[in-house]
Amino acid sequence: MKLYEVFIRAKAGLSHKHVGSVHASDAQMAMQNARDLYTRREEGESIWVVDSSQIISSNPADKAAYFEPAEDKIYRHPSFYPFDKEVKNI
Amino acid sequence: MSAVYNYVLNLGDNTLILGQRLSEWCGVGPFLEEDLALTNTSLDIIGQAKMLLEYAAKLKNDTQSADDLAFMRDQHQFKNVLLVEQPNGDYSQTMLRQYFMDVYHVHLYSALSNSSNQQLAGIAAKSLKEVTYHLERSQLWIKRMAHGSTESFNRLQTSLNKLWHYHHELFEETKELSQLVVQGIAANPKELHKKWDTEVKTLMATTPLEIPQTGWKATGGRIGHHSEYLGKMLCEMQFLQRAYPGCEW
Amino acid sequence: MYSQGLRDSKAGDESPELLEAFQKRIDAEEKIEPRDWMPQAYRKTLIRQISQHAHSEIVGQLPEANWVTRAPTLKRKLILLAKIQDEAGHGLYLYSAAETLGESRHQMYQDLLSGKAKYSSIFNYPTLNWADAGAVGWLVDGAAIMNQVALCRTSYGPYSRAMVRICKEESFHQRQGYDIMIKMANGTPEQKAMAQDALNRTWWPSLMMFGPSDKDSTHSNQSMKWKIKRFSNDDLRQKFIDATVPQAEYLGLTIPDKNLKYNKKTGHYDFSEIIWDELFDVIKGNGPCNQQRMDARNKAYDDGAWVREAAAAYAEKQQNNKEVA
Repeated sequence: MKLYEVFIRAKAGLSHKHVGSVHASDAQMAMQNARDLYTRREEGESIWVVDSSQIISSNPADKAAYFEPAEDKIYRHPSFYPFDKEVKNI
Repeated sequence: MSAVYNYVLNLGDNTLILGQRLSEWCGVGPFLEEDLALTNTSLDIIGQAKMLLEYAAKLKNDTQSADDLAFMRDQHQFKNVLLVEQPNGDYSQTMLRQYFMDVYHVHLYSALSNSSNQQLAGIAAKSLKEVTYHLERSQLWIKRMAHGSTESFNRLQTSLNKLWHYHHELFEETKELSQLVVQGIAANPKELHKKWDTEVKTLMATTPLEIPQTGWKATGGRIGHHSEYLGKMLCEMQFLQRAYPGCEW
Repeated sequence: MYSQGLRDSKAGDESPELLEAFQKRIDAEEKIEPRDWMPQAYRKTLIRQISQHAHSEIVGQLPEANWVTRAPTLKRKLILLAKIQDEAGHGLYLYSAAETLGESRHQMYQDLLSGKAKYSSIFNYPTLNWADAGAVGWLVDGAAIMNQVALCRTSYGPYSRAMVRICKEESFHQRQGYDIMIKMANGTPEQKAMAQDALNRTWWPSLMMFGPSDKDSTHSNQSMKWKIKRFSNDDLRQKFIDATVPQAEYLGLTIPDKNLKYNKKTGHYDFSEIIWDELFDVIKGNGPCNQQRMDARNKAYDDGAWVREAAAAYAEKQQNNKEVA
């Protein structure tokens, strides 16, 4: 049995969200097992299953190099540009 | 009793007894995901039994309940086909029986969705969604076992040799039933049989499985002549209601 | 890979600086995620605790499944089936969380089957009459919920997320159990006797579910520091008793403890000393149903072997066919 990661979309308009994993011998079984395990209470209307080994994940050791450089780019945020109260609708 | 009552009771008993058998697998399936998935199937099927028996009870009289029908009748009063009361056996036997019933139920409920009887049409439309998924699963298991390992093939072939003789009973014709068909209430057993036969044989043809050519054909459920298995199964299922009658649970 | 958590840290890597940085994250209520650095002992403790919890769910199916085929009405049969199925589901959520720590479910499961791994001792008691189906939901699931609600805030992300999911589903379990108890306690004298009998047998083992007393608990301190556990065994046990006694009174049933009494000063119920030898004995394997439960799990696993092999063989053939085509 292989390990598959399961992603569920709760309703149209939302994105798929990781909910856990299932074991299955093939993709079709993974889909059915995901349905039977993770949507017993109407939790979803769409399922993705992905072979676990196919997921490429960032390395926590890269956290500083990957994510911290965004910290000082405050000019990307709207609050960086304060205007007088007279300026409206912007 | 009315013809409609007998018809609904036959459908209700088929699902009740099948659901009871499936529930015996709860907690001891071949692996955890499958345990859970098969329990979903038995939940759906017992749910169908509940709807059908509630309707049957209403047809009989107002004082009876679905539980009275399920728990207070003796075996000779049950109308189910012998196929569903057969023991679970190994997983190939359980899944083959399931596959036979799923193909039957899909065609039955498709037809009954258009029944002139509103209650039946409603129950069928709801149940059709459930059995469509059951069939997707059981069909895959038949393929897996037929093509999987030598052992799984041998087991499945043995189960096929045992169970094949039980499917004819699902399509038995009676005068009473023919009249319901004419009235647009019941599904036509001839047509169901043809569809069932084509579908099952088409799948079998893609596998090395051999359909047994000759043999005895099970019959008798409709008139209450069952196999020995049913009585013992009911002893277990009905124990509390029999030992402590009239209680609320 | 997401799920197979990497064993990045070798035993030698655990410098005081790393450990301190880790503790800081915990103290700041940050969640630890699968690929983050973590001390080996943290990983090991989690694997042990999560897999034990998963095993408990899986073995816990059996005492209730004992009544599925004899449930007294169609409605009760459906509810009980759905409930037992949830237990299997909870087992799977938990195995899934434990697998993110780098331990395969196969290995965890083998440890259960061989008797090496433990599961909650409560499931080594028999369910002898129908009211047990009620008492298990009311008391056993009630006790489990006390633990599980506390674990929703546990420091390991996947464990915490699994617990949130489980807690959402679990309160149905307790309520359906209490619903059975209400019917039984208000039914015929025979039904009421069954309810009292079930309570008598289930009460003490339920209290033992919270584990040994804090002064004797071997794993508690470090687990509290790492916020794997968030409340002590004794605190949770007291909370459970305080919540449950009025529920028993409402049913008109008697809790089998002569010393059970509300203490105005503390605002809690006082209760008799638990007979800890019984708990340790059952954990050791000497409960009334240990052998039976293990036999059932092993039989299911062995009987299912050819099914799993067939599925794997079929998948492989399909894969080969694809590659040829």
